[in-house]
Amino acid sequence: MPIFLDFEKPIAELEEKIAELQQLSGNNGVSIADEVRKLQLKAEKMLKQTYGKLTAWQKTQVARHPERPHLKDYCKILFPDLLPLAGDRYFGEDQAIIGGIATFHERSVMIIGHEKGSDTSSRMRHNFGMALPEGYRKARRLMEMADRFGLPIITLVDTPGAYPGVEAEARGQAEAIAKSIETCLRLRVPIISVVIGEGGSGGAIALASANKVFMLENAIYSVISPEGCASILWRSANYSKEAAEALKLTADDLLQLRVIDGIIPEPLGGAHRQPEQTIQSVGQMLQKTLDELYTKSLSNYQEHRQKKFLAIGHGF
Amino acid sequence: MSWLTNFVRPKIQSAKKIETPDNLWDKCPSCKQMVFHRDLQSNLFVCPACQYHWRIGFKLRLEKLFDQGQYQRKSLPKFEADPLKFRDQKKYADRLKEYQTKSGENDALVVAEGTVGGHRLVVAIFNFSFMGGSMGIAVGEGLLAAADAAVASKAALLAIPASGGARMQEGILSLMQMPRSVIAVEKVKNAGLPYLVLLTDPTTGGVSASFAMLGDITMAEPGSIIGFAGARVIEETIREKLPEGFQRAEYLQEHGMVDLVVHRHEIPKTVAKILSHLNPVRTTE
Ligand SMILES: [Zn+2]
Repeated sequence: MPIFLDFEKPIAELEEKIAELQQLSGNNGVSIADEVRKLQLKAEKMLKQTYGKLTAWQKTQVARHPERPHLKDYCKILFPDLLPLAGDRYFGEDQAIIGGIATFHERSVMIIGHEKGSDTSSRMRHNFGMALPEGYRKARRLMEMADRFGLPIITLVDTPGAYPGVEAEARGQAEAIAKSIETCLRLRVPIISVVIGEGGSGGAIALASANKVFMLENAIYSVISPEGCASILWRSANYSKEAAEALKLTADDLLQLRVIDGIIPEPLGGAHRQPEQTIQSVGQMLQKTLDELYTKSLSNYQEHRQKKFLAIGHGF
Repeated sequence: MSWLTNFVRPKIQSAKKIETPDNLWDKCPSCKQMVFHRDLQSNLFVCPACQYHWRIGFKLRLEKLFDQGQYQRKSLPKFEADPLKFRDQKKYADRLKEYQTKSGENDALVVAEGTVGGHRLVVAIFNFSFMGGSMGIAVGEGLLAAADAAVASKAALLAIPASGGARMQEGILSLMQMPRSVIAVEKVKNAGLPYLVLLTDPTTGGVSASFAMLGDITMAEPGSIIGFAGARVIEETIREKLPEGFQRAEYLQEHGMVDLVVHRHEIPKTVAKILSHLNPVRTTE
């Protein structure tokens, strides 16, 4: 049973009708097949219309869609030989961030990213993609290892934010994030980030201080969640829609603000409708970008990264 | 016991206006003693009875930190103030202008240079009364300018945050100040210069999770709230009361995140001492 978002209701109803008709088509041959075809075209048109002009708040819903492909889905298709590596060597293993070594188009790469989980038990295990300090410290360990062995780093960002909790604070959440950013910036190897769903604030930038940063078409990337922003600036979470708009958190906005390097298009109706196609598009962009970074005879990836971030916010 | 313990509390409400400011009394939020405002002032806004540290402005801090209260303010580059054309119930551009007019300051960061114990030092200090010391483009640029000034003068850099975190009204560009502020720190460290941090009340959110936690030596003022997530957000998430002293400077020290909790009166001495060990260049000024 697919999950529909509120604004997708008319499409959902139509698709339900199509499914019903298709079940009947066994008895009634041609006339129903025509009708089905007509409705399918109509549904497609509605989908195109709806997704052609999603608001920032609607994109937020799409970015958080429970059936949206998550890190593990990407790994299955793009990095099937991933050797997952666990633990921060200080305190524990945080499954909100997953990482490991894999082959990607005949190159050894380090993969790091947030995993939200896909059902109740895996969501609990991955803490909904909200990392504790251990998660960022593991990321840092893996980045430093990649740096030592000259492996390029690919990070896939998908987190509501760093976990707000007593243990997280006790073990130095702020320091863990700061050090993770510092490590990203110090790397001598290239690092590429893709925001595949939610780029939630400090928890996202901890893995995304990269040479190249991309976003999927319906992903969001923001300093604060629309709900959080609304409850502070509008004093009510009822204004999340307005806050989402004001925050300029869509891929289009970020490209325009020159914070990201490109947008990866999603299939019609969002990544959750065609996960495999979405994942392949991300894979193509990663391959292309890696090739570019290596052939542009960029010898100093660290300097490239610094310059890139120093230029952000200039020239408006 | 302090001399104030046996003091007869005056029957004056602190809200009531008295003729001269010197006659005002302040109630200590911690021990509830009434403190003569002039005494509080001469004590750098530390409660004489319980040592509670009030929040203080950047001017007083700089004056008390630098040798003979002498320092030079750095003029900071001006940048696009409202790249998002942000508007909540009010336009951010208007809000910003109001703060600028009220404070006479351009934004929430002030950079100053001088000597402490004879050691050259650049200070990047937050003005909490300017939009809660929030970090946007101007603050990020200020931190970078401070780092450049330190490198140019071969001086140490001391960051003194007092900030609720990122400036939401600058959206993603405020988040981008986290890596940018880390680059500022890297500049100083790569030049072989000491980078010190004095955490003051409050240091939270994106400010805590970037340059503020990367000091070679990290000091904190007693009782300061320091942490990544806001206490209210945590309470709402875990639905229980937070432990006593949670996210206070002393709590951070206990948890290994802060080197020293330094009484306000001891800050210049402590900074001078650190610089005498870490800063090989001593000026003769
Ligand atoms: Zn007191």
